[in-house]
Parts: sequence; structure tokens; C-alpha cells
Amino acid sequence: MLLTLTTTHQPATDLGHLLIKHPDRVHAFDVPVGTAHIFYPEADEQRCTAALLLDVDPLRLAAARGRGRGRQPTTTPDSFTLGRYVNDRPYAASSLLASALSKVYRSALRGESKARPELAGASIPLEVRVPVLRCRGGADVATRMFTPLGWTVTATAIPLDELHPEWGVSRYVDLTLTGTMRVADALNHLYVLLPVLDDAKHYWVAPDEVDKLLRAGAGWLADHPERALIVRRYLAHRRALAGQALERLAAQRPTDEPTADDGVDDAPAAEPAPRASLAARRREAVHAALVDAGAHRVLDLGCGGGALLATLIGDRRFTEIVGTDVSSQALTIAARRLRLDRLPERQRDRLRLRQSALTYRDDRLRGYDAAVLMEVVEHLDPPRLPALEDAVFGYARPGTVVVTTPNVEHNVRYEGLPAGAFRHADHRFEWTRAEFADWVRQVCASYGYTAALHGVGDEDPTVGAPTQLAVFTRI
Amino acid sequence: MTVLDIPELALVALVGVSGSGKSTFARRHFAPSQVLSSDTFRAMVADDENDQSASAEAFDALHYVAGKRLRGGRLTVVDATNLQSHARAALIRVAREHDVLPVAIVLDVPEALAWERTEARADRTFGRQVLARMSRDLRRTYGQLAREGFRKVHVLRGVDEIEAAEVRYERLFNDRRELTGPFDIVGDVHGCRAELESLLTRLGWQLHRDDAGRPVDATHPSGRTAVFVGDLVDRGPDSPGVLRLVMGMVAAGHALCVPGNHEQKLLRKLRGRNVRIAHGLAETLEQLDAEPAEFSTEVATFVDGLVSHYVLDGGRLVVAHAGLKEEYQGRASGRVRAFALYGETTGETDEYGLPVRYPWAREYRGSAMVVYGHTPTPEPEWVNNTICLDTGCVFGGRLTALRYPERELVAVPAEREWYAPVRPLTAAPARPDEVLDLTDVAGRRHVEHPYGSLTVPAENAAAALEVMSRFAVDPRRLVWLPPTMAPCSTSQLDGYLEHPAEAFADCRSAGVDRVVCEEKHMGSRAVVLVCREPDGGPFGPGGGVVHTRTGRPFFGDPLDAELLDRVRAAVTGAGLWDELATDWLLLDCELLPWSAKAGGLIREQYAGVGAAGRAALPATLAALDQAAGRGLDVATLRERMTRRRDDVSAYTTAYRAYVGPTDGLDGVTLAPFAVLAAAKASYAGRDHGWHLSLADRLCAADPGFFTPTRRRVVDLSDAEAVRDATDWWLALTADGGEGMVVKPYAGPAARNGRGSLLQPGIKCRGREYLRIIYGPGYTEPEQLAALRRRSLGRKRGLALREHALGLAALDALADGAPLWRRHELVFAILACESEPVDPRL
Repeated sequence: MLLTLTTTHQPATDLGHLLIKHPDRVHAFDVPVGTAHIFYPEADEQRCTAALLLDVDPLRLAAARGRGRGRQPTTTPDSFTLGRYVNDRPYAASSLLASALSKVYRSALRGESKARPELAGASIPLEVRVPVLRCRGGADVATRMFTPLGWTVTATAIPLDELHPEWGVSRYVDLTLTGTMRVADALNHLYVLLPVLDDAKHYWVAPDEVDKLLRAGAGWLADHPERALIVRRYLAHRRALAGQALERLAAQRPTDEPTADDGVDDAPAAEPAPRASLAARRREAVHAALVDAGAHRVLDLGCGGGALLATLIGDRRFTEIVGTDVSSQALTIAARRLRLDRLPERQRDRLRLRQSALTYRDDRLRGYDAAVLMEVVEHLDPPRLPALEDAVFGYARPGTVVVTTPNVEHNVRYEGLPAGAFRHADHRFEWTRAEFADWVRQVCASYGYTAALHGVGDEDPTVGAPTQLAVFTRI
Repeated sequence: MTVLDIPELALVALVGVSGSGKSTFARRHFAPSQVLSSDTFRAMVADDENDQSASAEAFDALHYVAGKRLRGGRLTVVDATNLQSHARAALIRVAREHDVLPVAIVLDVPEALAWERTEARADRTFGRQVLARMSRDLRRTYGQLAREGFRKVHVLRGVDEIEAAEVRYERLFNDRRELTGPFDIVGDVHGCRAELESLLTRLGWQLHRDDAGRPVDATHPSGRTAVFVGDLVDRGPDSPGVLRLVMGMVAAGHALCVPGNHEQKLLRKLRGRNVRIAHGLAETLEQLDAEPAEFSTEVATFVDGLVSHYVLDGGRLVVAHAGLKEEYQGRASGRVRAFALYGETTGETDEYGLPVRYPWAREYRGSAMVVYGHTPTPEPEWVNNTICLDTGCVFGGRLTALRYPERELVAVPAEREWYAPVRPLTAAPARPDEVLDLTDVAGRRHVEHPYGSLTVPAENAAAALEVMSRFAVDPRRLVWLPPTMAPCSTSQLDGYLEHPAEAFADCRSAGVDRVVCEEKHMGSRAVVLVCREPDGGPFGPGGGVVHTRTGRPFFGDPLDAELLDRVRAAVTGAGLWDELATDWLLLDCELLPWSAKAGGLIREQYAGVGAAGRAALPATLAALDQAAGRGLDVATLRERMTRRRDDVSAYTTAYRAYVGPTDGLDGVTLAPFAVLAAAKASYAGRDHGWHLSLADRLCAADPGFFTPTRRRVVDLSDAEAVRDATDWWLALTADGGEGMVVKPYAGPAARNGRGSLLQPGIKCRGREYLRIIYGPGYTEPEQLAALRRRSLGRKRGLALREHALGLAALDALADGAPLWRRHELVFAILACESEPVDPRL
């Protein structure tokens, strides 16, 4: 991967002094994933270009990427396990390049130059080119990142495959920046923004990254309109760290007007604004249904990250709460979120997490007062539903079963959700109110339950509430 | 000299006052790790071995450690005064919890000597009166030990006796691990003497008869040992005759026998206890009445001497009448005996008033094979390496024996129904066939099948559970999954990582002399289960299924249904339904082009990398050219970047070969290469000539939809044929082909001369194709050198394990095995796929 820095400040060859790399030599530095070379394709009085070429050694890269990683997740058996060996890292600018930059241009990044101290402090005409930059969110994001910093940005998307124009453009852009500024500022912009645009850090982001970011961003990041996005991506979406960094940045700002949030990160498309509140209302509705049923020992089947469990454990009426999920990873997340290891003993004893699959009968789930299937059934392929019905209604047979599922009719009310699309990528179906009622009726008839149907969320006169809920009672 | 007999597995309590020499005694006779001393534990929890205030905590820890040792089957000695009954009661409790025998060794020395020793120790500060109290406690203790539950009490009086004592270990009666068989294990006989005679004869035994012609012993020419699982008596026509034969065989050392609940009850009756005369006991008593009185006495002695279970063959085999769970094997306690005799019941009774038995075998995860009887079933069934041999002979079923270690079942039919069963003879746990239980697949599991066995680690099962339950097709239709395939040994030929020479060499060294080289299609694996009736067949609605190698629906509906229609029509056109006398077929295929299924992957992963490389390298080279023009020495760098550019270009060519225009099924073709199974038949035993000829007929029936598989059949001793196949591969791969798969011609289930299963196929991938696996520049000498160190052992082992499971799944399907059993096998294949293996292989 390549990055060139050009100046037309005269004498242009002074760039060599600023970078402390002699223009007439070829420099090489060993970096963890290969070798960083610096050479000058052009170096005369009028124009001088320093090229940084990071020659990635695929073997060292694969070894580095392999370290500290667990096994590939099997939950997505078709996932690209070869990514460790077949990837764009040797070609596209990324955090690897940023790391190399900080090593080979260390003094220049700090704005230090023994030979030309005044020049290091002066704004000079500069041109930066990164021929291949992986840019999450497209060329537009690069423009939004660099323009506020005083750069003129030319970002051209690179086509995916010339032979297949129908595939469109790749996620890479050819980036050229021109502007007049200190070399140190230019390098700091690149140091921070290359990994931000790539949005895939090659190393584990530790808390000291906040200090690094604020140091490199001194003087420009606090006022950058995209600072929220920059901070989040730079800190690899670690929420706690990002919050910390934004707080410290806010302290540096004279006035504290809110920053624009970005629409670039691909948040799940659906239920944009009322999403959080709908989820909360759903939990409330389920909670109320359980209380109405007089249940004490309850199952949350498909508990996921444990949002409902958190609600239930706060209510002392529930003496035994069991959360199950088919994903052991989800259970780990739930345990962490519920701080299971830190709960007082009495609380902890009320709650248990277990791996179970709803398409199999499970002895351990028998004999409970109630079971909840909150936003679960739609994650099953329709042909597998009878297995779930047998396992839950036929075998576990709790006195009460509370089921919630999206009301597909309501989807037209979600802006940004394309017609016919489901609210979540993993939804295998979404039911109309009539379809849900049919299913409920059929389950009741087969397994000896009666049921009542409700809507959850704001009732819309034509399309109904966004979520539908059924409370089954065993006869 | 006093000899102290101690069971090999026991909890030994030393009993004695302070200064009686317990620690010295323990040091002399036991290993330091076997001795748990209260002093040590006091020091451990409170830094001071004399801190009496820490006693409660110290003993708590001691009991805990003792429990862990006993759970692991290790002799444990407790070095504490043990003078108070509550202290001893706690030890008895620990021993019972782990079903081991508690033993007491009392060291009794004169109080004066004990006081002298105590005074000599600087750290013991208690007064004489404390010692006097201990001595009084000791006196009182004597009479209590046996009553408290110590199964052996050894008392050593005086220094000399203590000095001279010797410890001798005795094995538990049930420990017969030194007996390695081979065994013929016989199920519940229940007085069916004639059937027993037939069965033994069938098994090759010679019966020896007394003057009256009654069999009194039997021997096997190849020295086999018979093992009877108990319930020799009651209900049947000749319980005394069965007893006479078995008692003779046991006495002569030709047989082992464990008691059944019926012997137990008979013994109580013979001992004059008041028992309810039911369940066929009346018949036995009547028959015994016809025998001389001494016979009944002999029977009582025989039954009384029976050991409730045996651990045999180095611990690999356990025999008990009603089975035995893992924790109880090789242990001795009342509840172990009760379990072995009666099994575990749920406390409920069924509609016939009989106790409902707890399905312990379904939860069994032990490594020892457990063979038992007790519960009559029509068909013996392996459940987690356990098997019940009671096939209800007395109820008109069969008398069954298991040959161990061959795992062969041999049975003779009952001559008639000797006794009417209370409950009709049905498969014991009436499990609805269509229903799967989590315990069928979850947790660490040992899966036994006709081609071997394997243990699925719990974490692999957990991962597979998620895939199976969230993504896979209905288990009823998921009857088989293709095994992973290992590549050929690594080539040392210049520029090659894989080459036919190695593939052929691998086959030769595995003992294969004839192979078929099949073109490796450039698509996605597709398993097609197609039923003759579009909406019928034995696999539920849908008329079949098309799934990927991980069991996911291939395209989803409606394309999969359309695809099935095309296949169904072709099978009909080729006339295969009638020819194979089947209403369904299982086909192993590749679906082409790869982009039809993996278009997203090609665009997002492969094309992206190519795009980045094709843009970055020319820009880099331009900069280097400029620098060279300035006279800088960048020649080496330039050369390397040029090679990179060429590699990326070759890589781009390689992935583009997998892209073809498709729209729905237009542009899609299917390349079948094996017909795995049909109704009541696994075709794994058929050779590949047969498989490919059927595939060719499908191609002929619908050439627009089916793609034939190009192939070469090669006799590996024919140098000309080998050279020809190598050239064929070179041409195929030079043309952008993926490579070939080399299979033993004899077919999927082929074995070598030693009888071991062979790798069903070895892949030999093209040099250019491997760029999209190992990276564009993998052919660079230094990279290739590193890649040649790749290790194939794990992948090969995995491939073979999955293959064996697959063969077993096909057999299970042909045999009409219950769904849970078939699913268990397929699930295990999927669980194997969670093994961390280099994805490039």
C-alpha cells in the first residue's frame, strides 16, 4: 500500500528535512507486518514527493491476524474463513499504514525539525495521494472527513471488476487531498483518519488508545463536525472508550452544541426512531402478562442478550427465572450484561442461563409456570415451527406462554425499510395479524391452550400495532 | 505380624490418641498424597497445625478433598484422632457419598507412652488431662466402629504390633478388569433352559451333561467366557435346569454371573423370609420342590455369592443386571447394588401398574460399555454405548447374546410363549419417532456406530446445535452430510503445492491400486434428496430437499422446489425409480456455477481484493519507475512489486472462472457424481463406475440441466495411465479448472487390505485455483516454502471420522433406524465441522 506526500513549497526538497528522510536515498524500516520503504519519485526545487510504501509480508500478516483470535464462529458456516489469507491488507491503506506512518515519520508528526524548525511550523502547499483506501460508507465519507480540515478532496471510487460493470464500485477509493497546512497536521489527519475510514483496526483497542487519539487529534478533532463518528470508529466501536473520548473532547470545546450523528454506520435498518421505546414497551407488556398470569417460575426462551431477564430479575415475584438461548455466545453476553458474577447471592440464585434449542425437547424446561417467546418465532424457518410447538406447548407445557412477534402490516410505517423487507436480517418470516391469529388458533387446538391476542406499541387504525402479543393459557 | 486387609478403593480412618503414632504409621504404609492429615489441613486454612479453633474449617476442607479423591477412585487415608463419633460419622458420610468402603485402623498404645511422645514435641501444649480424656474416648470407641458403618475394623495394640503390621490390598469383588474375554454375554434366561442350550450351541459352546442327560457345564473351543446378566429364574419352564448349567459353568470358571432381582427374591424366599409369591416365583418354587433339598441349599449359596456387577476387560466392559451408571461402576455400596439389581425408577407407574424406569442409559456418557438386561425390549438397541439384552425369551421373544469384543448379537427364538407378559413387548421408551430430544445431541457425547466411534466434545456440540437449530433443514430430511475432504500430501515440485504425483502416491500407500480421478467441479456442494412424488415420500412434505454441505436450504423456496422438479423429471426419464425399486434417491452433487450460490462472497471478498490489488500495484510501480528515473536503486523492490501485480492478475483470472450469468435456475446446472442411497439401500458399497454411470444417465435425460463429470479411471501400477491422468490434470487446471478428486474406484465404502476405511476422496487442486485459497502470491518461493510445512494429519483424521459417520448415517437410513439415531449421526458430522482446522486445506 502506498501513500505519497508532495509539496511545491520552494525549495521543495526541504520536505526531506521535515520528514528527516534524505530524498536521494531509499529508506527501509522493519515494521511488524513487513517493511516500510520511503523513496522520492520526484525531488527538485519545484516539487518533491515522498512515497511511503508498506510492503506487507503475507506470512507475517497472517500470523499477526491469527494471534489471539478464537476459532471461527460456526454460527455462520458460510462465513469467509479464508479472510485471514485472502484479503486486501497488502494493497489498501488501513491502520497498518497508519502504524507504519507513526513509526517512520515520528518527529514529523510531532512537528519537530532540527534542520528547518520554522518550516515545520509553517503552512505549506501539500498534496497527499492514497491510491487505494478502503473507505467504509463510500467516497462521500472521505470527503466529509477531510474537507472540514481544510483539504480539497478528490475521492474516486474504484470499480469492483472491469469485466463485471454490473457489480458496481468497490469499497475502495483513490484519494487525493490538496491543501496548505503544516506537514505535522497533515500527517496527524492521516494517522487518525486512515484507520477511521477503513474501520477495521488490526489490533486490539486498549484504553490508552483514547490518549493516542486525543494527542493526534489535538487542535482539530474537538471542532470536527464528524468527531462522534471519528471517535467511535477509531476506538473500534467500544462504547465506553468512545464516551470517555467524547467527554474529554467536549471539555476542550468552548460551547457544547450537539454534534451531528452520522447515518453511515449501518445500524439495523428498521424501526429507526421508536425502536428503543418499542423494545421497552414490549418488555413491559410481557412482564405485565406474566404478572397477570400469577407466574413465579418463568422461562425466557431465546433470551438473547438478556434484556427481558434484566426486567424480570427486578421483580421479586419471580422466584425462579431461566433464560435459554441456542447461542452460547448470546448467553455469555447475557451473563456479562446482567453482571451475573456480581449479583448478590439471593438474586443470582433466582436466575439461571442455559443453552437449549427450541427445535428439541428439553427435560430441563418442564414444570414451569410460564414461558416467554419474545421476538423468537420469526427467527425460525416456517417448516421448523412444528418442532418448536411440540417442544414448548407439547413437552415443556408451562401454564402460560407469552409470544410476541412483529406485525408485518405495520412495516409500511417504517421509513427507510424497503417494501417487502423484514425488520431484521435474520427474520425468516413476519406475520400479518391474521396469519398470527391463525397460528395461535392452530397451536391452541393442537396442544390444549386458550389464547388472548394484543398489540404492543402505538395502535395504528389501518395497520395495527407494530408488535403482536399472544398469551396462551393451558386448559 | 498382623496383616491389615484393605480394599484397593477405601476411605481409611486412623483412630488413636495424640502421640499414638498415627502419622508415623501413615508415612510408613501409604504414599504422602494418599494421607490427609487434620494437622496439615489446620495449617492450610489457619497457618498453624495446632490451632484447634480452625478444626471445623480444616475438616470441611479435608472432607472436600477426600471426596474429590474418592470420586476419582483413589484410596484415601485420614490421619486424625477420629475419637469422636461425630468426626467418624462425617467420614462415613463421605465414603457413602462416593460408594466406597470405610475402613478403621485403631492404634492403641499405653497412655504413658503417648504422653511421653506428646511432651517431647514442643508444639503440643495441652495437658495430661486432655490425653486422659482421649484415652477414655478411645475405650468407648472400640465397640462402636462396626456399628457406625466401618466395613472393616483393624485394631493394633501396643507398639510392637503396630511396628509389625503389614497392609495388604484386596481387590473389590466386582473388579475383574484382568479378564479380557472374549465373552459371550447372555440376556435374561428366566428358566428357558432349552433356548439357553440352543443359544450356547449357536455360539459354538459344547455342553457337558450329567448321567441324567442334564447339562451341567459348557466349554467353548476358543476359550470364550460366558457372562450371564441375571434373572436366570422364574416364569420359565425349567429354572432349576438353567441354574444347574450356569452354576456348573461358574464353578468351572467357564462363566461369570451377576444376580438379577429374581435371584435376589428367590434367595430371600429360600432363606425363609416372607416374600410375595408373584412374577413367576411360584413356578420356580414348584420346580425346586421336585429337586433334592440340597439343590436348593446350593442355589442359595450360589446366589448369595454373586457379585452385583463386574468391571471387565481393563474397565472397558461393565455387566450388571439392570445396568449401571458411570459413577457406580467399580464401587461398592448399598445403593450401587440396588441400582445394579433393580435400576432406577421414576417413582411413577405406567398404565399396566409397572414401575416406570428411569432412562439412565440415555444420559450415560461413560466410556465403558454397559451390558445389561432386566427390561424386555423387542430389539436390543445401543444407547450411548450401553445395550439391554433382555429380548423377552420367556414371553415368546428371543434369547439374545452379545459377543464381546465383536459387538455381534446372536439370538435364538423362544420355543413358545412360556409366560404371558403383563405389558406387551414394545420398544421400551415409547418415543415418538418424529421428536428429537436435546439429550440426543447436546453435551459431550460418545457416538458408537458400525464404522467406529467418536467422542463429540461439548463445545462442538454446542456450536452444532446452533447451526442445526437455526439454519439447517428439517432433521427428517437431513439424512446425510458430506464429509470434509483432505488434500493430497504436499508436493515438493517446483511451483506446486498440490500435484497428482502426491495424490497417487497417497492412494498407493493407503493400499489402493485402482482409482477414479473425477474433475473437481467449480460450484457448490449440493446434496439432493428427491422423492418420486412431488408432495409425498417418507421425508415429510416437499418431496425432498436440496441442501448445502452444512445442511442449509440451498437457495430457499421457490428455487429449491423448482430444482427438485428438474431432478425428479430426469430420474423418471432415466427410468431409475423402477430400476432401483425406490420412491426416493439421495444424490451427491455439485451445483454450478459457484456464483449462483456464492455470488455475494465472490463480489465482496474475492473481487474486492482483486480490485484493491489491481489499483494499488500499478500506482506503486509508477512511483517506483519515477524513482528509478531519478537514479534511485529500487530495482529489487520494483521486481517484487511487478511479481505481485502479475500474481493479482492471475488471481483475478482464477476467481473470474467461477462467475457465470444466472437468473433463477437459468444458467444453473447440476453435476451429480454419486447416488448414495435409495429406499432400504445404501449404495456406499457400489463402485464409482456404477455411480458415474447413473449420473451419466441423468445427464443424458436432461443435458441442459445436468453437467457430466469428466474422469479418468487409473490403474496405479500402469505408468502410462498415471502419466495420462497427470497430463489430463495439468490441462484441466491450466484451462482454469479447479482440479480433481481422486477416489478409490471400489466406491465410497472402500476399505484397504487391512480392513480399514479409506479416505473417500483426496483432492488435488490446481496451481492457479489455489491463489484464491492461499492468497494471490502464494507461489512466491518463500511463501511456498512456508506453506509446504502445512500439516494434514488433523484434516485427514477429521475427514475419515466424518466419512465413517456418513456411512453409518446411510446404513441407519437404509435400516429404517429411528429419527433420533439418524439425527445423532448427522449431528455428529456437523459437530466435527466445528473442529478448528486450517480452512485452506
